[in-house]
Amino acid sequence: MKLQLDPQKVSVARELAALAGRPVVEMAQAHTTVSIERAVLRMAGLEGSDVDGIPWANRLTEGVADRVGLDRGVALPVWDALAAQRRAGIGTDAPLLTLAQRAAAGSVDFRQPEGRDAAAATTAAMKAARAGVRRMDRQRAAREKLLARYPVDHTPWIYLIVATGNIHEDVPQAQAAARAGADIIAVIRSTGQSLLDFVPEGATTEGYAGTYATQENFRIMRRALDDVSEELGRYVRLTNYASGLCMPEMAVLAGLERLDMMLNDSMYGILFRDINPVRTFTDQHFARQVHARAGIIINTGEDNYLTTADAVEAAHTVTVSQLLNEYFGRQAGLADWQLGLGHAFEINPEVPDSFRLELAHALLARELFPDAPLKWMPPTKHMTGDIFRGYLLDGFFNLAGVLTGQGILLVGMMTEAVVTPWLSDRDLALQNVRYVLDATAGLAEDFQPAPGGLIATRADDVLGEAVDLLGRITEDGLLPAIADGTFGLMKRPADRGKGLDGVVTRAEGYLNPVADILGEVPA
Amino acid sequence: MSDVIRPYGDATGDGMVQVSFTLPIAHDKRAEGAAAQLARKMGIDPALVVHARAMGPEFTFFVVYGRVNHLVELDKVAVVERDYPLLTPKEVNARVRKRLRRPLVVVGACIGSDAHTVGIDAILNIKGFAGEKGLEYYSHLEVHNLGAQVSVPELVAHATQLKADAVLVSQVVTQRDAHLENTGEMAAAFREAFPPDRRPVIVVGGPRFDESMAAELGVDQIFGKGTTPGEVASYLVHRLVRET
Repeated sequence: MKLQLDPQKVSVARELAALAGRPVVEMAQAHTTVSIERAVLRMAGLEGSDVDGIPWANRLTEGVADRVGLDRGVALPVWDALAAQRRAGIGTDAPLLTLAQRAAAGSVDFRQPEGRDAAAATTAAMKAARAGVRRMDRQRAAREKLLARYPVDHTPWIYLIVATGNIHEDVPQAQAAARAGADIIAVIRSTGQSLLDFVPEGATTEGYAGTYATQENFRIMRRALDDVSEELGRYVRLTNYASGLCMPEMAVLAGLERLDMMLNDSMYGILFRDINPVRTFTDQHFARQVHARAGIIINTGEDNYLTTADAVEAAHTVTVSQLLNEYFGRQAGLADWQLGLGHAFEINPEVPDSFRLELAHALLARELFPDAPLKWMPPTKHMTGDIFRGYLLDGFFNLAGVLTGQGILLVGMMTEAVVTPWLSDRDLALQNVRYVLDATAGLAEDFQPAPGGLIATRADDVLGEAVDLLGRITEDGLLPAIADGTFGLMKRPADRGKGLDGVVTRAEGYLNPVADILGEVPA
Repeated sequence: MSDVIRPYGDATGDGMVQVSFTLPIAHDKRAEGAAAQLARKMGIDPALVVHARAMGPEFTFFVVYGRVNHLVELDKVAVVERDYPLLTPKEVNARVRKRLRRPLVVVGACIGSDAHTVGIDAILNIKGFAGEKGLEYYSHLEVHNLGAQVSVPELVAHATQLKADAVLVSQVVTQRDAHLENTGEMAAAFREAFPPDRRPVIVVGGPRFDESMAAELGVDQIFGKGTTPGEVASYLVHRLVRET
């Protein structure tokens, strides 16, 4: 199935996205954030929290920030202080943890090492970071081995959600979903976790409309899915969120605990969570470098634009965002197979030819990004509580997904907007998917949009509008465009929003050993 | 029209309904009997189990059709009326635009030591709650979300400076009745800072509030668990925008 897009227009779109994105990448590379620095400590193996539940990574980062600031990063002052600690014969068993505990008590005099001391701290920090990156590499190798042993040889991958709030309840639900046919399990996070400026610790049993993302919860769920993968002879992927204020840390934890996909959008946090734009772009560049190395597939969030704006009028903003996500992703080292670019089936079903328009939009994404495993999101906005009509709409959503070769199919629930899915809702939804897949798997080969017909014309129009919008963005700059409410109707100026106080301009001599290692070997 | 009616399948008075449910047992003859028994206890008699399907080894899903023997007595139908109409975002925007002729200013915060912004974010953030967009989505509401751990004097100062029409406060933490104490303190501070006709409308929300306690706490409205942004927006229009 081919649209015959104008290749000239496609390359102009990509060039404009690069032009709009480049200053933002440069800005990201000129800054660091508290979460990036904490991620460095986590990569070096710092885990756990104090009696108040504040993670040691936060405590140690705050300790450094208070004494010497973060503009040269935590690594130099921390590994310099570790050398002093070792000379004093303290905490030889768990030096980093001991240092964090001492820093929390205010008894560490951090300094910015110079000359030979700085060189020694750099070497030690690089060594610690490299050990963490190697752990991540081993997890990637383990995934590849498991995928060879338990292959998933079909597309689309079927994506199901669990969200009980209790990790121990999530486990049997996730395993049941896998047995029922899910290829990917996403554990929805507790509402509001994205706005916490720390990662909670341990196995958690209480959440609001979701389960807290913690390193221990990641471990528990990965182990449970490994068991069920072996039982089914099919590797079941695990998804969580690298978004919100702790995006870089989530990326590191996901890499260390072998998560397979992470929700990670370039602008979602800015637009929908009012997180500061500089914080988001800076965090994100680092997080995506980590994902690139970990072999994790990102899922971007363009579907959200269509739930706030009209899905026909705003179709081109999805295309623009996909192009930007692709540019930012590639700049961070992600390969095309790791770009799960998002879009959704959200056109009002009352609009004439709505299904043809959906096909046009879905095909446009497919052809613009031929090697990306596109993430296809089901209808939510026009699910009314009429479950029977909703079931039909989900059937058409599945059909559009199969017909246009979407890689990741999030299973739509007829009870969307009514209840969190019941057991029977999930079963019926999977029957819907399976019927459409079995009945129409090869249909794309018989189906060719007529040249100059509605589908081809519509796709060309949307691409044209995307090029126009990118043109305007490159004139004014991406940050001003975001400030003006170009995406999802939200106005988000660069000097406002949550997490701005955790952004630091890098000084001469800034060291981030993890970023340096990730920059060495392109994934 | 008669005051007594029955469900309508394809003929007046046939009483036909359809239900679906899941029982936590394996699918076999006994399971279908169990479904018919449940349906009969629900007043469906005769009950026709038209579909049964195993969902894994421990659950079975059923669709049941049948005649329900209950009657609906229309004269006994009681409806609790909300004292303000629910409006769509479009209607909210239109009323504010036409009748207030300026954006309606909403200031939101979590006060005291409460760092749980879940509630206020669900109501204010565009992401919203329960499938409804938050108040930020409304083009004619100007929303300022001050976030967590805002002190009462700070909140009063911001409300004054921003010329707030309404102040929304969420309180999740309820240890030692902190939510009641904080709310009372805030209400008193606003009464002190503003003359009665200039005081912003004060709305509090949280999962543990009793919605009937507004007067006692000195606030204008309390919203409990499960409140959606649309309800809050509709209330604000009702309170702050003249009907004509």
